[in-house]
Amino acid sequence: MLRLAPVLTLAMMLGPVAAGLLGTLLPAAGYVPVLGGTAVSLEPLRMFLTQPGIGMSAALSLSTGLVATFGAFAAVVVFTAAFEGTRFFRALRRLLSPLMAVPHAAAAFGLAFLIAPSGFAMRLLSPWATGFQRPPDLLIVGDPLGLTMTLGLMAKEIPFLFLMLVAALPQADALRSRRVAASLGYAPVAAWLTTVLPRVYPQIRLPVFAVLAYATSVVDVALILGPTTPPPLAVRLAAWMNDPDLSQRFMASAGAMTQLGLSLFAILLWVCGERLAAKLGRLWIESGRRSAAEELSAALSGAAMVMLAGAMLAGLALLALWSIAGPWRFPDALPHHLTLRAWTMHAHAAEDAIITTVAVALPVVVVAITLALACLENETRDGLTVRHRSLPLLYLPLIVPQIAFVFGLQVLFLTAGLHDTLFAVALGHMVFVLPYVFLALSDPWRAIDPRYGHIAGALGASPTRTFWRVRLPLARKAVATAAALGFAVSVAQYLPTLLIGGGRISTVTTEAVALAAGGNRQLVGIYALLQMLLPFAAFLLAAAVPGIAHRHRAENEATA
Amino acid sequence: MTIIRLLSRPVRGALLAAALTLPLAPLASRADETVDPADWTDVLAKAKGQTVYFHAWGGEPRINAYIAWAGEQLQQRHGITVEQVKVDDTANVVARIVAEKAAGQESGGAVDLVWINGENFVSLKKAGLLMSPGWATKLPNWPLVDVENKPAVVTDFTEPTDGQESPWGLAKLVFMHDTATLTHPPKTLAELAEYAKANPGRFTYPQPPNFHGSTFLKQVLATTIANRSKLSHPVDPASFEADVAPLFAYLDTLHPYMWRQGRAFPQNQPALRQLLADGEIDIAFTFNPAGASAAIAAGELPDTVRTFVLDGGTIGNAHFVAIPFNANAKAGALVLADFLLSPEAQARKQDPAIWGDPTVLAVERLEAADRERFTALDLGIATLSPEELGPVIEEPHASWMVELERAWNARYASQ
Repeated sequence: MLRLAPVLTLAMMLGPVAAGLLGTLLPAAGYVPVLGGTAVSLEPLRMFLTQPGIGMSAALSLSTGLVATFGAFAAVVVFTAAFEGTRFFRALRRLLSPLMAVPHAAAAFGLAFLIAPSGFAMRLLSPWATGFQRPPDLLIVGDPLGLTMTLGLMAKEIPFLFLMLVAALPQADALRSRRVAASLGYAPVAAWLTTVLPRVYPQIRLPVFAVLAYATSVVDVALILGPTTPPPLAVRLAAWMNDPDLSQRFMASAGAMTQLGLSLFAILLWVCGERLAAKLGRLWIESGRRSAAEELSAALSGAAMVMLAGAMLAGLALLALWSIAGPWRFPDALPHHLTLRAWTMHAHAAEDAIITTVAVALPVVVVAITLALACLENETRDGLTVRHRSLPLLYLPLIVPQIAFVFGLQVLFLTAGLHDTLFAVALGHMVFVLPYVFLALSDPWRAIDPRYGHIAGALGASPTRTFWRVRLPLARKAVATAAALGFAVSVAQYLPTLLIGGGRISTVTTEAVALAAGGNRQLVGIYALLQMLLPFAAFLLAAAVPGIAHRHRAENEATA
Repeated sequence: MTIIRLLSRPVRGALLAAALTLPLAPLASRADETVDPADWTDVLAKAKGQTVYFHAWGGEPRINAYIAWAGEQLQQRHGITVEQVKVDDTANVVARIVAEKAAGQESGGAVDLVWINGENFVSLKKAGLLMSPGWATKLPNWPLVDVENKPAVVTDFTEPTDGQESPWGLAKLVFMHDTATLTHPPKTLAELAEYAKANPGRFTYPQPPNFHGSTFLKQVLATTIANRSKLSHPVDPASFEADVAPLFAYLDTLHPYMWRQGRAFPQNQPALRQLLADGEIDIAFTFNPAGASAAIAAGELPDTVRTFVLDGGTIGNAHFVAIPFNANAKAGALVLADFLLSPEAQARKQDPAIWGDPTVLAVERLEAADRERFTALDLGIATLSPEELGPVIEEPHASWMVELERAWNARYASQ
């Protein structure tokens, strides 16, 4: 059974992606008989490339994605280097863990409510400080360079990268390394960057790539915070995919293949950056310099983390406030009065959406965790890592722009007669949940010292017993985190739910986006809150469960 | 993970086994049926017990509530269940039907009825993805439709409907202003441009290809083009540049004085309305003549907002419901389409407290009791009377919208 796990996992992840990709590639090559395309040609690509402003769109996608990823990565790494082990670090960790569960769309709405010219920050300052009786005509949200969008992406990716880093730290033996380095005269940041980072980076490399691929092809955040003249590439693709003029699908598919190339190119650039960083790092280590602008880097990274986390929290609080706000006109700092009217009006619809959301997410997470664990355990028992062979495959669902391969997926499920069912939607979600669960789980798992297993074996434990009694308990934190992440990923899915579910499967996210089109801030507040509360509950569980399990274990062992 | 640990070994095995057999789950199968709206008794009989999936834009809670009401009525009267599938863009529904066609699904489709008009309708009609022609004009309530005075009910963006969609409501472009900040709104496009110049940052329009944004472009085009009769024919590529030159000359002078200097745009009409509510802009517009009253009633706009139109008329059109070629519950969809045309449903729809969407029926031809339903309506403080609404400028041929959007995009959204 266990030996089948890797094959099964890959099949569940890659089968749909491969089919979906084919469904993208064929129209990209001009071949879709039902739309009147019967000959293979480069015409769709040519059409795509001659679209006005396409270079600018691609440049926007690349720059916002790279800057946001690097910004989030740098902030998280330098912050950890400067503050790991301090009370401040633990406090921020407690603060950021739940923020990871916040779906991108909700975070983006919150940020927009905060910093827009008619937003909360301006209301607080108006009219007494600014003199504004009406919102100023400032281009903040949707600026042509995508700075606000970059900020939003950074704020949202920081909790994810931070949690991935924290989950990987125990294997890097960070505190002792730093102590040794300190005894050799290294200041904290320099000590961490030279001794811990090189060992911990390989473990967070995959999440970083996922972030990079996501940030370069994001649609929802770009729609809410990004520029529109022109918008980033993925947004234009989504629009073409939905254009009633069906011939646009050809061009959109060609664009989707370009988007794939663009995301890959971003990763290539990042890998070059890694090489360069490694070279420079080696030079630094050899130079023996024992400090790294300690105070400045601590101050900057600390400020960045606190400000972005603060902005996100404030944004989420604003979502909550808007959901119960009566009339709230500029420049009033607070609503005229509070009312539960919006909540009571939508309670019934919301309840249905919540049930559907959980009904899809739970089985998906259970199956995904089971498959991932089965694969990893199989790998451990065989004593070989499939790492190098399976890595690029694992990435496929995270790198291929969703909109493109989901269109192909939709056709696949239709052909199988499985569309519009919870089951099909769950399968669709699995494609996205599995890689994240695997990414979150595999590195911590592989970093478990194999000698524990060897000792258990030497003491006569069967491989199965070793798995349940030794390796799984060692990895419980990572498993719980991965499960919560998988749940959050499932909850946040929009396009796959909408397209594969034929619109009949309404989750909190599909409802949120549908209602967001109406621009009603009370409703946006309600559904963004719901969208956030569900994964939040999952992460709360993830934080609590390993501790509880551990306590029971300790008691069991004490009484045994 | 504890949950896994709590499971017994056989259950753990079963989980894996279940995962293995997932792709082998039985294929869904659905019954096909042929219905003829001329035989209404048969339609009602077949419709009983059906579930109609009505794909309709879900961005407006008031409209969603109206559809839910219609669903309840159908359940009580005909035993038909109506499920609104709330879509954020009708183009997604078109995509869905295309995908079904691509997968060879000739029956049992996901969409039973779709709220539609304009280029979405033309796309489906041209691709042969709609139920056979003529059904709409065979509906029992069809004789009440005002075809003479409301020609838009049979001509959708100059495309003959051929009875492949049933009219549901009318739309006409009207402008809104807040009397608290602007007492005398501009009455022509030229005055609008002057107003913008004197009050920078206080006017904008949704970014095309958003429907409302494109409608504003069409309004300007219809006002500025030398020969308006050209708009009822497909675009002539040879003269297109010259035809739209006055339009873009107008926009070129307007944009620098618009909200955000025309470097960013609201993305849809509710967003535009929100800008008016926030006091960011002075003038907004909507396709629903009662939209301002309805928004005031819902607390979304201050009660100082009023409606106005431009001299010389504004763009008007109709919106419809259509049945895809492979709809699963065609009989139920027919009954729903007919109910939506009934005086009862149309009058309720026109009530600004409910929705405020103008009727497609010839009110004066209705029986007294039904006529009373309409005359009793309070259209709201910010709604213009039919006389004040002014002349209708008919929608240009759908090809104009496509070309306008393309030209606008190349000009203003690609720096």
